[in-house]
Amino acid sequence: MQILSEENTMVREMAAGFLSENAPVETARALRDDRSALGYDRTLLAETAAMGWYGMLLGEDVGGTDMGAQAAGLIAEEMGRRLTNAPFLSSGVMSASLLRHVGETTLAAEIASGTAVVTLATDETTKHAPDRIETTAAPSGNGFVLNGSKRFVNDAIDATRVIVPAQTDAGLGLFLVDPALEGVTTRAYRTVDNRNAADLTFDNVQLDGAAQIAVGPEAEAGFAAALRVGRAVASAELVGVSKEAAERTVAYLKERKQFGVTLSQFQALQHRAADLYTQIQTTEAITAAALAAIDEGREDAERLSRAAKAKASKTASLAVREAVQMHGGMGMTDALDIGLFMKKARAAIEHLGDAGCHAEWLLRDRGI
Amino acid sequence: MMDLQEFRAATRAWLEENCPQEMRQPMSEADVCWGGRNWVFQSEAQKLWLDRMAARGWTVPTWPEAYGGAGLSGDEDRILKEEMARISARPPLQSFGIWMLGPALLEFGTEEQKRHFLPQIARGEVRWCQGYSEPGAGSDLAGLQTKGVECGAHFEVTGQKIWTSYADKADWIFCLVRTEPEAPKHKGISFLLFDMTSDGVSTKPIQLISGASPFCETFFDGVKVPADQIVGERGKGWTIAKYLLTHEREMIGATDSALFGSEDIVDVSREAIGVDADGRLADPVLRGQIGDFLADEIAFDAELARAKTWMRAGNQLGAQSATLKYTGTELNKRRQELIMAAGGLAALEWDFENAAGDEKASLWLRSKGNSIEGGTSEVMLSILSKAILELG
Repeated sequence: MQILSEENTMVREMAAGFLSENAPVETARALRDDRSALGYDRTLLAETAAMGWYGMLLGEDVGGTDMGAQAAGLIAEEMGRRLTNAPFLSSGVMSASLLRHVGETTLAAEIASGTAVVTLATDETTKHAPDRIETTAAPSGNGFVLNGSKRFVNDAIDATRVIVPAQTDAGLGLFLVDPALEGVTTRAYRTVDNRNAADLTFDNVQLDGAAQIAVGPEAEAGFAAALRVGRAVASAELVGVSKEAAERTVAYLKERKQFGVTLSQFQALQHRAADLYTQIQTTEAITAAALAAIDEGREDAERLSRAAKAKASKTASLAVREAVQMHGGMGMTDALDIGLFMKKARAAIEHLGDAGCHAEWLLRDRGI
Repeated sequence: MMDLQEFRAATRAWLEENCPQEMRQPMSEADVCWGGRNWVFQSEAQKLWLDRMAARGWTVPTWPEAYGGAGLSGDEDRILKEEMARISARPPLQSFGIWMLGPALLEFGTEEQKRHFLPQIARGEVRWCQGYSEPGAGSDLAGLQTKGVECGAHFEVTGQKIWTSYADKADWIFCLVRTEPEAPKHKGISFLLFDMTSDGVSTKPIQLISGASPFCETFFDGVKVPADQIVGERGKGWTIAKYLLTHEREMIGATDSALFGSEDIVDVSREAIGVDADGRLADPVLRGQIGDFLADEIAFDAELARAKTWMRAGNQLGAQSATLKYTGTELNKRRQELIMAAGGLAALEWDFENAAGDEKASLWLRSKGNSIEGGTSEVMLSILSKAILELG
């Protein structure tokens, strides 16, 4: 029921076609089995950057395509369908948006061309809480000295720069930090969805003055904008995960026989599958609405992006739980891909805030 | 053809001049103009507004002019609605004739039927009701047993309908009747039109768990219906019935239907329970449930908006209408449960004459019917699993 512009219809077809050929679910499985630290394919990053994916939220002045959040969402949805791990969300969406917001162009151009990965350190606490920042950047000589820590930073081990929000004398500051600097300790690991992540500790890290790309209200706004678009695009990824898990499950119901009939004959299963379908429809609608509001610069974009991530998190959780249950014993085996969807969903639900996190914001916004 | 900007300007000017001030106020259920032979206008303004709009064909803007409409395009219709909304103009007329029978006649009626019945609907002269459900045929509507026996130039109709909204106030009924008892159940039904003042018709209002209701039981005892008052062919009535059921669910999707509720859970809970020193609702468990609900409510609003855009672009919702019906009505039931929980002991007031507050308990009970009327939630899920998921 979603009406796409001609341009975005092409984006979707292009993304679906390219990923089906170059990064199907088998690729995600192979990357996992390789046990590489990175968990994604640098060649795919280079190829998709060459196709303009990493510049969708950047202007033409830095080599971007400026196609907007809706286009980025369609790509994320197709990636979600195929469990494609890539620094798309961290670098191409959130860092790109943030750098554009604060007027940084050098790194932005490198993101767009795929020559650099830049990631945004959103969290210091176990649950997503981007406004809880204890990391500090104090004046020191011509620059700053950074102390504190960031956790669960996706793609930090491949990043030339990490964008680190820190408290300064003048309010929130955003700093570009080279993870190779002295005083930065990195504990890298893979998460259940085979993405790389790292906990970063900053112990008297010396930064030069140019490392601060924004401070005060500008930093607040840039950080908020990055989180907003990140949330909406992550919701689109969850829509893709949900759709694929649901479609694979419906196909399985039509093929698996028990009691002499296919599972699709059982009304208990039909109705659960249909309920899941309606949840996915609603989720697709709110996600598209949030992405459109971001592209149009509307005031309700913040609220819609929160509702989208809350709804997408709930729906994806339902989708993968129903998928594993309806696949029965086979759903529990690693031989089937369906479990990979459950792992992807769990991680994508938690990153950038789960349903409870954003329900809390919606309640606050309404004054209760 | 007038371009759309000119149309908007002309429409705005005409509405400004012709819509009485009293018809530019927010309306409640009690202010609806239903029309019909026995309609008593609630004000001069209500009559004037209906007459002026009907004369322009704007009670049914998209119907052809020959049948009482104005032949507006989808875009023009949208502009008219926007311009009416701009000045908060009330709909001049609402009726099952406009929503249901009209579209069915436009699709399946003979030229003569269209010329006879449609203008009466457009002018609000005849009020219609819908004879579908029976005591033994609810979700299994095609199992209906009301008989129509052909006797010369007429059918003799005997049986009982239930859930006939406003049957006691309607002038005519469009009615599903089994005319071919030997045929398979979907192929033995005809779509008949007849006058509710005919001999043998009687009605009885139904009291619901929520109180009084527009629903009636309707009884037919040897009602004589002229044979030319059939729409479509004999035994082909199910096609029309299905068309109308889909249309009904589309209407539910396209309008801000009362089925989806309007009272705001946040306002109710803030007022009833209050907030703590941190500005949070003072009932943390209920607050969590409301937060969970809010995300779903905002998401459903986006889905309704998307469906409207889809239809405005000239597409049909088809089986997708079941998604809207299911999601919207289940959501409203949750809303009403939360409102009752937020309202607490104060929401239990029932004795309306002395009641200090509103009718929370009645709305809560009434909402339970949302996922039953117009096709149960279970029927919606069956439609989706068959038509879209192709399970079965």
